[in-house]
Amino acid sequence: MLRKLFAAASIAGVVAMAVPALAASTQAPLKDDVHWSFESPLGMYDQVQLQRGFKVYKEVCAACHSLNLVAFRNLGDPGGPFWNAKYPNPNENPVIKAIAKDYQVADVDTDSGDAIKRPATSADYFTPPFANIYAARAANGGAAPPDMSLLAAAREGGARYIYSLVTGDGTEAPAGLTIPAGKYYDPWLSGDVSSYYKGDPHKTPVGSFIAMPPPLVDDRVSFDDGTKATVKQEAADVSAFLQWASDPKMEERKQMGVSVMIFLVLFSGILYASYRQIWRNVGH
Amino acid sequence: MSDHPSTYQPGTAIERWLDPRLPIIRFGADLMSFPTPRNLNYWYTFGGILAFCLGVQIVTGIVLAMHYDPSGTGAFLSVQRGIMRDINYGWLIRSLHANGASMFFVAVYLHILRGLYYGSYKAPREVLWLLGCVIYLLMMATAFMGYVLPWGQMSFWGAKVITSLFGAFPLIGKPLTALLWGGYSVDDPTLNRFFSLHYLLPFVIAAVVGLHIWALHVPGNANPTGVEVKSKADTLPFHPYYTVKDLFAVSVFMILFAVFVFYMPEALGKVDNQVMADPLKTPAHIVPEWYLLPFYAILRAIPDKLTGVLALAGAIGMLFILPWLDTSKVRSMRYRPTYRLFFVIWIVACAALGWCGSQEPDGQIINGLAGPVLIDYDINSVTWLSRIAAMYYFAYFLVITPILGLTETPLPVPDSLYTPVLSHPAGVPAGAAAAPETKG
Repeated sequence: MLRKLFAAASIAGVVAMAVPALAASTQAPLKDDVHWSFESPLGMYDQVQLQRGFKVYKEVCAACHSLNLVAFRNLGDPGGPFWNAKYPNPNENPVIKAIAKDYQVADVDTDSGDAIKRPATSADYFTPPFANIYAARAANGGAAPPDMSLLAAAREGGARYIYSLVTGDGTEAPAGLTIPAGKYYDPWLSGDVSSYYKGDPHKTPVGSFIAMPPPLVDDRVSFDDGTKATVKQEAADVSAFLQWASDPKMEERKQMGVSVMIFLVLFSGILYASYRQIWRNVGH
Repeated sequence: MSDHPSTYQPGTAIERWLDPRLPIIRFGADLMSFPTPRNLNYWYTFGGILAFCLGVQIVTGIVLAMHYDPSGTGAFLSVQRGIMRDINYGWLIRSLHANGASMFFVAVYLHILRGLYYGSYKAPREVLWLLGCVIYLLMMATAFMGYVLPWGQMSFWGAKVITSLFGAFPLIGKPLTALLWGGYSVDDPTLNRFFSLHYLLPFVIAAVVGLHIWALHVPGNANPTGVEVKSKADTLPFHPYYTVKDLFAVSVFMILFAVFVFYMPEALGKVDNQVMADPLKTPAHIVPEWYLLPFYAILRAIPDKLTGVLALAGAIGMLFILPWLDTSKVRSMRYRPTYRLFFVIWIVACAALGWCGSQEPDGQIINGLAGPVLIDYDINSVTWLSRIAAMYYFAYFLVITPILGLTETPLPVPDSLYTPVLSHPAGVPAGAAAAPETKG
């Protein structure tokens, strides 16, 4: 009995430490009204949704947010928004080439040595909206907009967090909370707003202040597939796109995981059978 | 390998030629035929699992180092753009390495708990135990420096917090931190030396593992009964009996490992580390990786910084002196029900410390209940829970273990580790008829 207790206690102890304990709640519960195709263990990205999300990124977010880790060719990688089996090398994908052509990248003219701008190719990376972090700060009231390549991975809740924030509703200040000039209330971002709050100290609001106003309105973009561009639709699509940007290898990872799991379970079975066979006449 | 006569017969001509010159095949053969107690259970497979973990870390680490740029401006990019996106299977190698570190600690903690439970640290295996403690210490240093390399926010600020601890020492504190940093703050030189040492230490670990295995083969394995091997009938050759059992255990362990690698690769990480290090922006909540949390809680439980650092070091030091704190003549807790109970409480205390380490120091245990403030903190706070758990942690080693060894009445210990007829009906201690030990 106690041996089992010991076994249970030690495994539970190690596991309890390994699983990150739920942080004391300093953020509001995330909105839960969207089904995300990529959330389940075998769930994949919805390619059409990624294409819509890319359009929202390009026409709305990209005005302020960079996407420094992503190259145009990545859009055509397997699992990406414009993956096409006809173009296993995404650099040859005409959709990607067309997207890249609209961006201007800094380069050096090799004949004269002059700094020039040239149209981007599929192999180039997304160009940032600001020349440097100081320009980004200056144009945004002192707070540089974060790079979006890993934004979903860098926030508790991932795509759900981005969705909750950019749909806008829920960001109204609770009674007693003064919002500093040029800031907006974000109840889903872990932080401390107690010094701006006057009221019942047991009901201090959770969350943080951010410098971004709610970015989306109905029909801010027009989707090529005819989907109606409501705020919720735009928000869900761009969140899915940013989830892909953070974790572009997810589909490859999950697919490989299936084969690895099947192999390991069978392999363990064979090893267990060998173990029983070898130990069959041995007392222990 | 004291009383294990070599049974190796060089068969082929080349073996007969090699054997008198360098008996390396004999060495391997003797290792494989090493007499091993026949009653080792699955808790004894973690040694093999740990060897597997070390191998995975070294192989994946060497590949990662080929693509890594140890500079403040390049580190984050080389990891997040190069390894995670552009390099073929880079995401897989990094996921194996990062989650492999956690798996390594899961296995080492279970391996240590097994040693504690079955009294594996007792004479004549003290050196074996001490070498294990050295490996654990080296693992913590290696893991800590490895966590700094991706140069995310938590990498940077974790490095800052931990290296600053050395500043608590009088006189040598300042020069010591300057030496660790290679300057006056955590910066490029720090990253460079951490990368260099992170590459070096695993090979030091491998060398100490060699000594650990050598020290194991002198007295031979301990076993769940704690009764020493008395005759050849008590043992089985290591191969094939324990090679197959260890391989099965490694394979099952790999399933757990693969769940993390393929389905929750970031579950054990912190989201802040997906943001590039920014020396001007402190994260709201700096926490170390899960495997260091209990020590972090002990550190924070004590108001004075130097005392806190000493308590942290002392917590690890307890493991080193344990063989000389335990006064009981009975090795295995199987026959020490009272000690076993204190041990289970000790595991709970460690888990509580781990939880406390992940929380804000003034967080409440019972929500909305304010108690009196004692030594800077409310009684109903994470800090006070850590203080109580830390006190138990130390009391277990310094008070309970020495005293209980002298006062408790253990259950009867069997004559031999294996009694053929009585062995299989589980629950009945083999050889229960043996004369019971009275005290100690």
